[in-house]
Amino acid sequence: MSFINYSSREINCKIVYYGPGLCGKTTNLQYIYNKTNPEAKGKMISLATETERTLFFDFLPLSLGEIRGFKTRFHLYTVPGQVFYDASRKLILKGVDGVVYCGDSQLERMEANIESLENLGSNLQEQGYDLAKLPYVVQYNKRDLPNAMPLAELEEALNPTKVPSFEAVAPKGIGVFDTLKAVAKLVLTELRKGG
Amino acid sequence: MIQQLVMYEEELVQINAICEVLHRDANAKAVLVIDKNGQAFAQAGDTHELDVTSLSSLTAGNVAATGAIAQLLSEKEFAGQFHEGEKTNVHISIIGQRVIMVVLFDERSSLGLVRLRVRKATVELVNVLDLLMKKSASGSQPSVFSEITDDDIDNLFND
Repeated sequence: MSFINYSSREINCKIVYYGPGLCGKTTNLQYIYNKTNPEAKGKMISLATETERTLFFDFLPLSLGEIRGFKTRFHLYTVPGQVFYDASRKLILKGVDGVVYCGDSQLERMEANIESLENLGSNLQEQGYDLAKLPYVVQYNKRDLPNAMPLAELEEALNPTKVPSFEAVAPKGIGVFDTLKAVAKLVLTELRKGG
Repeated sequence: MIQQLVMYEEELVQINAICEVLHRDANAKAVLVIDKNGQAFAQAGDTHELDVTSLSSLTAGNVAATGAIAQLLSEKEFAGQFHEGEKTNVHISIIGQRVIMVVLFDERSSLGLVRLRVRKATVELVNVLDLLMKKSASGSQPSVFSEITDDDIDNLFND
């Protein structure tokens, strides 16, 4: 749920990166953090286990510039991908304005991809959201791996509604900003509709 | 769908005033008011050295997790939390089921005093928030978004 502050002339929006464990959600945020000017970002927070698996969430506040005199600020969150952290994922989806579904291109992660996508849909529904009506994009990460599935097969399995989708290699930054820009644009466009 | 939170100048002035009074009367180091989704919108006291954005996001996460624990235990919510540190203590309370008030205080104050003053501030804050919600829902204020064009949005992303 976006927050519009007429007093400080700010628009704040929340984007959540969702996907199965080890698909690269945190890596997306780390790349964005590393490549963003210091004045446009806040501190990146990772609530992770000792083995650097996301425990609760990663958080990165980002300023994208001004629209008609209003500063646009995006709060990027990741969810913990591991199946047993479902209660935490539900909490992080609260108040979401846009979702990035991050899929793992590897054949052996296909089942985990599908399970995570279904989990996204049901968790959103529980919060009163409909994925079909939310600003939503798909990213296929790990495109550089030898066991990556063909794009067409991923699209068929993970993007039935044909929302904007992007191929990515998150550690190298390929597709990372394209994905972010696409979802941010959709969020702002949706806000305009509501406005 | 959940109602979008909109903050207007008039109400923000009132909320800031409530924070200032609470800061003074509770002998607090700082007072923050945060949306349940982790956006800070009012503050008073010694906040210039605080990372307010991070603090707000983590507090909201903490409150959300505690709320989920409450539900598991068939409680409506745990309305307050208190964290005791060596130098700084944190009092967190949920107000009107909508916003979170955070009071940071040290040895110059006490938990009892903070609780007492927070209770008073809560009543005032709930009134302002009720008005704000009504104003926001009525759509009586012009929206900043209605005039935004595709070009405005595209221009944000020009490298």
